[in-house]
Amino acid sequence: MMIENHIHKQLLEIKDDLELFDNDLDKYEYIIDLGKNLEPFDTDDQKEENLVQGCTSKVWLICEPKENKLYFKANSNAQIVKGLVYIIISLFSNLSAKEILKTNSDILEELNLSEIITPNRQSGVRGMLKRIKEYAHAFREVSK
Amino acid sequence: MYKKDFEYFRNTQNVYLDNAATTQKPIQVLNIMTDYYTKYCANTHRSNHSSANKATTLYEQSRTYLKEFIHAQYDHEIIFTKGVTEGINFIASSYVFNRFDTVIISSLEHHSNIVPWHMQGRTLHKGLEVVNCDQNLDFDLLHFEELLKKTSNAFVSITHISNAFGKIHPLSEIIKLSHKYNAKVLVDGAQSMAHLPIDMQQLDVDFYVLSSHKTFGPTGTGAIYIKEEHLKECKPYQTGGATINDVSYEKSTLLDSPYMFEAGTQNIAGVLGFYEALKYIKSIGYEKLHNKEQAIYVYLYKELSNTEGIEFYSDIKNSIGSLSFNIKDLNHEDIGILLDKQRVLVRCGHHCAQPIMKHLGIEGTVRVSIAFYTDKYDVNKFVLALKKVIAILKK
Repeated sequence: MMIENHIHKQLLEIKDDLELFDNDLDKYEYIIDLGKNLEPFDTDDQKEENLVQGCTSKVWLICEPKENKLYFKANSNAQIVKGLVYIIISLFSNLSAKEILKTNSDILEELNLSEIITPNRQSGVRGMLKRIKEYAHAFREVSK
Repeated sequence: MYKKDFEYFRNTQNVYLDNAATTQKPIQVLNIMTDYYTKYCANTHRSNHSSANKATTLYEQSRTYLKEFIHAQYDHEIIFTKGVTEGINFIASSYVFNRFDTVIISSLEHHSNIVPWHMQGRTLHKGLEVVNCDQNLDFDLLHFEELLKKTSNAFVSITHISNAFGKIHPLSEIIKLSHKYNAKVLVDGAQSMAHLPIDMQQLDVDFYVLSSHKTFGPTGTGAIYIKEEHLKECKPYQTGGATINDVSYEKSTLLDSPYMFEAGTQNIAGVLGFYEALKYIKSIGYEKLHNKEQAIYVYLYKELSNTEGIEFYSDIKNSIGSLSFNIKDLNHEDIGILLDKQRVLVRCGHHCAQPIMKHLGIEGTVRVSIAFYTDKYDVNKFVLALKKVIAILKK
């Protein structure tokens, strides 16, 4: 519950930020700017096995566990997607596998992402969440 | 000046440049569909009451009108389908399968003219051949002839106009060459009738597949022209109500074409809408339509050419309707989203033509596709919006 609240709080902050913009174009500029905060992504990691399924643009996602927490790094070949990727991995990085697996994926509805992401692109977001949970699941299994 | 005929343009401020995906529908199309559903809604070719008779009469008038529109010889050469994809799959399954050793396609095909052949177990050089195109995406007739020479039993399935790039294939030469080598030809005409008149007699084509919704008509409707001499060799790939002459537990006997191929209740409102769309085109006339559209096409190309970093994949010679491009170092999807936010609607992606994108070493393009109602205002607004997009993405 605590984690849900933590993510919920972060989501509300992002939502508040997005709602500051009157027009969509400014909102997207903000998302593009967010994407510029992504950590550098090694080009060697831009390989098939790290590609997230369902994305219209390419998204590579890797997980780096440190102690009991999982940290995600990602990149995309599209600038808007980079911003969305930044939002998602910010929510889930620095959590334990158990905490990630407890999270209800629908929580992203809170962001009103359907307004930002077209129906064709929503499967990409679902693909990212699925991959994040797969990493968490695999890490939990290894840690048992 | 023609936008007033389309409710879409009354109801929205959008600059609509995605006509290769689907065109807008004139009011006549909407009216006849509403009339059908509200005044004489009944099934065709079954009941004998007044509404059914009116619906059947109009449905058959639509067939006759389409026959005349494309200069087919007989009504029974026209079979209504739900669209081009169904038309190609129908012929692939009912005529080509187990009859032809080799299917020849062009480099610019839509997936709907690639996947059906793969589904038959054909792969490149094993039952499927692809004609090269040159650096300007023009069809390589010499390579085509080489391929025809290599096989004594080929089926040529080729698009008339590339949906991704607007390139027009030299159909007359392709069909003449094919027939010289005893090959049969199917033409994917999805992108044709919104831009050009077509003439089955002049082309002497064997199969020609048509789309309603890309021709100002409703979605879910299309047609296929089958030259009469091939009808007896085409088997229905689905059967059911209204296709039969007599059924007993022992056997079924089928009606003649076109009814044997139109199983189940058809998209009656769709067919009537298609009929009205064709009448609408005729009321304007192809010459006027084509001249207006080509002037805008040239203007669009010229205006876009001045954009910094623009990369085209062909010139506009032998092209119509669609124009594809990328901007150096920018992602086409980003461009599409930011254009949309300025109410400029284009399509970005591989346009269901992944093989040619792979051949060009790209993942996709921004495709601008126009129709005769596209005007300079649309082009200017698009170019201005694109400049803004580039400024944002290059910031």
